[in-house]
Amino acid sequence: MSWISASSRTSHAFGTPELSLSAKVWQISRLFVMLVVALGAVGVLGQYSAANGHMEPWASRHALRFGICFVAMIGIALIDVRFLARMAYPVYFANLLLLAGVEAYGKIGGLGAQRWINLGFVQLQPSELMKIALVLGLARWFHDATLEDVRRPTYLLAPLAMILLPVGLVLAQPNLGTGLMLLMVGGAIFFLVGVRLWKFATLILLGVGAVPLVWRFMKDYQKRRVTTFLDPSTDPLGAGYHITQSKIALGSGGLWGKGYLLGSQSHLNFLPEKQTDFIFTLLCEEWGFWGGTALLTLFAMVVAYGIFVGLRSRNQFGRILALGLSVNLFLYVFINTAMVMGLIPVVGVPLPLISFGGTSMMAVMMGFGLILSVLVHRDSRMRNGEI
Amino acid sequence: MDPCVRGACEAMSSDRDADRFRTLGRRTAMLGGLQLGMLGVLGARMYWLQVLESERYQMLADDNRINLRLLAPSRGTVLDRHGTPLALNERNYRALIVSEQTPSVERTLSVLSGILPLGDQEKQRIIKEVAKKRAFMPVLLRENLTWEQVAAVEVNAPDLPGVSIDVGEVRSYPLGDTMSHVIGYVSAVNEAELKDEREPVLSLPGFKIGKSGIEKHHELNLRGQAGTTQVEVNAYGRTIRELARDDAKAGHRLTLTIDAELQKAAYDRLRQEESGAAVIMDAHTGAVYVLASFPGFDPNVFSRGIPLDLWEELQSSPTLPLNNKASGGVYPPGSTFKMTTALAGLDSGAIDLNHTVHCNGQYPFGDHVFHCWKKGGHGSVNLTYAFAQSCDCFFYDVGRRAGIDAIWATATKLGFGGKTGLDLPYERPGLIPSQAWKKKATGDIWHPGETLSVAIGQGAVVVTPLQLAVMTARIASGFAVEPHLAKEIQDVARERTDWPRLAFKQQHLDAIRLGMTAVTQYGTAARSQIKEPGMQMAGKTGSAQVRRITAAERERGVKSEQLPWKDRDHGLFVSYAPIDNPRYVCAVVCEHGNHGATAALVAHDLMLEAQKRDPGAIA
Repeated sequence: MSWISASSRTSHAFGTPELSLSAKVWQISRLFVMLVVALGAVGVLGQYSAANGHMEPWASRHALRFGICFVAMIGIALIDVRFLARMAYPVYFANLLLLAGVEAYGKIGGLGAQRWINLGFVQLQPSELMKIALVLGLARWFHDATLEDVRRPTYLLAPLAMILLPVGLVLAQPNLGTGLMLLMVGGAIFFLVGVRLWKFATLILLGVGAVPLVWRFMKDYQKRRVTTFLDPSTDPLGAGYHITQSKIALGSGGLWGKGYLLGSQSHLNFLPEKQTDFIFTLLCEEWGFWGGTALLTLFAMVVAYGIFVGLRSRNQFGRILALGLSVNLFLYVFINTAMVMGLIPVVGVPLPLISFGGTSMMAVMMGFGLILSVLVHRDSRMRNGEI
Repeated sequence: MDPCVRGACEAMSSDRDADRFRTLGRRTAMLGGLQLGMLGVLGARMYWLQVLESERYQMLADDNRINLRLLAPSRGTVLDRHGTPLALNERNYRALIVSEQTPSVERTLSVLSGILPLGDQEKQRIIKEVAKKRAFMPVLLRENLTWEQVAAVEVNAPDLPGVSIDVGEVRSYPLGDTMSHVIGYVSAVNEAELKDEREPVLSLPGFKIGKSGIEKHHELNLRGQAGTTQVEVNAYGRTIRELARDDAKAGHRLTLTIDAELQKAAYDRLRQEESGAAVIMDAHTGAVYVLASFPGFDPNVFSRGIPLDLWEELQSSPTLPLNNKASGGVYPPGSTFKMTTALAGLDSGAIDLNHTVHCNGQYPFGDHVFHCWKKGGHGSVNLTYAFAQSCDCFFYDVGRRAGIDAIWATATKLGFGGKTGLDLPYERPGLIPSQAWKKKATGDIWHPGETLSVAIGQGAVVVTPLQLAVMTARIASGFAVEPHLAKEIQDVARERTDWPRLAFKQQHLDAIRLGMTAVTQYGTAARSQIKEPGMQMAGKTGSAQVRRITAAERERGVKSEQLPWKDRDHGLFVSYAPIDNPRYVCAVVCEHGNHGATAALVAHDLMLEAQKRDPGAIA
C-alpha cells in the first residue's frame, strides 16, 4: 500500500501523522461529497428532461458514469498527497505525449476532429484530462519555489513552457475553449504563487499585440464565432441561432421557470445541444431565475470549498493543487454559463457534472478526488526539493 | 546529498513557507474576489434575461413555437331555380407520400406505379419534391383519384409504406359546357390577384377562385371565410399539437334564376347552328332563365387544371368558345332595332300612329340613295305593315324625322348603350351613337345620313343579345326591368321585381307590339309562328351585315349564303310570348346565320319549350 501511505520513513522523520485507511475515509468531507452528489443529481434530472422525460438515451448513462466516477473520486481521495506529488511530472508528461500522440494520429489517421481514446464507458479526450495534469505539474513545480525563485523570470520559463506546450497542441486541434481554459488555469496558478503583476501585464500586452497574428491563423468557423458573438443578428439562423435561441429559452423561463419537463423551447428542439453545452439554458427555462441561481450557488460552494481546502493544506503542492483545481472548476462553470447567456462567444465548454459527456465528468471528478486527497492529507508536510 | 542538517533546513523552509503562504493567501483572496465579481456578473445577466426582459423573451418564445395556419373554407354551391346543382364541391382523393415513413421512396413509387400509372416525369417531380421538403411533410403523388384507385391503394397499403390518401375538395360542374358561360370556373390564384386582394387565404396552396361567370362575380359570397388553427410546432416545423381552432365558414349557397333544363334545351338547339347565343328572360321581373352561348367549354377541365394544348385550342377557335356571346358579344342589331326607331318617332312626336310611307325600294337622302332590302319596294306602308315586312324605307323615314338624339334617348331608356347590370363579369355595353358621342369620338359633326343607317340598326350601333332581350322585355311589359341571375343567396331572396314603369305612352307600346305580332302572324317570321293556343309569340327578325355589301354585289344580287361563313350576315330574332299577356322574352343571335328567320326558328323552339316548362310560374 505504498501508494497510499507513501514513504513511511520520510513521514516518520518529520512527525507527520500517518493515517489509517478508515481514518482517511473519515476525513473525507461529507459536505463536499453531498455537494458533488447534489450536482450529479441535477445532472441526471437535466438529462432526463433533455430527453423529454426519458431515462434514455442520456440520463441513465449519465447516472452510471457519475457512479463510476464517484468511486474513482473516493479512490483518488485516499491516495497520499506525497505520492501524487511524486507522480505529478510523469502524469503531466504522459498526458502531453498522449495529447501529441492523438494529435499526430488524428492527422495521420485522417480522423479529423475525433481525437479521443475509447475506454468503453467513456471516450477519453486527452485535452480534457490535460486540465488536471497541468494543475498537477504546475503544483509540483511551484512546490519547490520560494518567493525569491518565483520573482526570477528565468525560473518561470519552464512552467511557462509547461502551459504553452499543451495549449498549442489543443489550439491546433482546433479546440479554442479548452486552449483558453488551460491558459487561464496556468495564469491563475502563476498569479497565486506570487508572480509580479507587471509580468502579467507584459504578457497580456504581448498577447493583445499577437491578436492580429492569431486572427490570421484562425479557422473561418472560429472567426465567424467571434463576429457572430459581436453581433448575433448578422446570422440569426446560422451560428447566431444558438445564442439567440438560448437567450429566448432562458429569458422566457422567467423568475420561477416553466416547470420541470415543461420547457417548451428546449423540448421543441429550438434549443440546440440541449443535453451538452446548453443544458444550463434548459434548466433555467424550466426552473427559472431562482433555479439557475441555486445551481450557480451550488457550484460556488464547491469552488469555495476547494479554496478552503487549499488554504488548510500544510504543503505548497496541496495548496496549489486544490486552488488550481478550484479555479479550473470555476472557469468551467463561468465559461459555459456566460456563453449560454450570450456574454462570451460560443465555445465548446461543458457544464461540469450536468452536461452529458464522459470525459469532462471524469476530469472534473478526478479533480474533486484530488481536492479531497489534499484535504485528507492536509497535515502532510513535504520538504522542498524532496518528496 | 542534502548539504544542510535536517533540522536547520526544516526551520529555514518553514520561514520561507510562511512567506509564500502569506502571498498565496493574499493572492487567493484577490482571485476569490474576482471570482465573486464574475459570479455577480452572471447573476446580473440572468436577472436581466429572466426577470427584466422576460416578457419580451416569452413573446419571442411563443413566436417560435406557435404557428397560425389557415383552414380553407368550403366553397358555396350554385343551384338553378329548381335546386339542380350547377356547381358543387366533389371529394378529391389525393395520394400523398411522407418520405420519413418509407425506407425507400423509389421502391414505394415503383410498387405504386403498378396501381397508379406514374410516368417517369411524374416520378422525377415527386423525388425532387421529396428531396426539397422536410421528411415529415407530405408530397402530392396524384390528384383526382377514382374510387377504384383509392380502393387499390388502401388494399395494398402494407406494400406502400408512407403512402396515404387525403380527401380534398375539387369544384365540379355537373352540366359541363351547357352552363360554362353562366357559371364560369375556378382556377388557381395568380400573382396579380394575390397582390390585388391582400387576403391571406388566397395564398393557401391549391386554393382556387372564380375566374369567370357567376364564380367570379359572386366570388366573395361563394368563397366563405377562412378558419384558423393555432398549432404548436417544433424547431423543424413539425406540428406537435393544436392549441386553438376557429373553423372555416363555408361559402354561401347561391340559387340562380336559371332553369337548367331550359338552358340545356337552348344550348342543344344552338348546337344546330354553328355559333350563337340565346337569352330567355322574364318579361316582368328580369329573371334570366336561359343565358346560352354556343360553343362552350368544359369548366371541369379548368378547375382541375387545363392542359396547355386544350387552352390554346380554345383560345384560337374562330367560334370563340371562351366568350359569353350572350352578354359579352356585340352585334349590329339590324332590324331588331326598328322597335326602338319607331318608338323614338312616336315618343318624340315626329310621327303619329297613322304614319304612312311609300316604299319603292329606294330612299334618296342628300346625295345618297338608301335601299330597302326588297328590290322594288313594299308600296304604301304603315307602322304595322312596316314591322311585318321589315320595310327599311319606312324606318329611314321615321329615323330622319325623329333625329339621332331622339333615337339615342329612346334606345337608352330601352336598355341599350350601357351595361344592363347583369351579375356576370365581362359584360359589354354596346354602343348607341348620338351627336355628342360622335363629336367626342371623332371630332366630326353628325351627318343626318348616318341617322338612316342607325334607324335600321346598322352603322355605329352595336348591342348584346342580352340587351336585345332587355329591350324586348321593356316593350312587352312597359317596365324598366333589369336582368339578374342571383335569385337567392343562402335562402335570402335577392330578386328585385318592382321595376318602375317606363315613361312611354301605352298606345305607342301597343302599336309596337301589334307590329311585332304581325311579324309572326304574316310577316318575315311567319314560318316560326307558335300555333299552340295561349302560347303565341310576337317578335322581330333582324340580320346584321358583317361585311358591307358593295354596289357591284348589290347589282349582281349576291346572297349572304353565297359568301364565306365568316362574311355571312348574322341572324337575329327577338320575341315575347304570349302575345296578349307577355311573360317571357327571348333574344337569339345566330352568328353568320344569314337571316333573322334562322334565328326565329330557334326562338320558336325555345319559346315553346319555355312556356311549356313555365319556370316563371314557380317564382
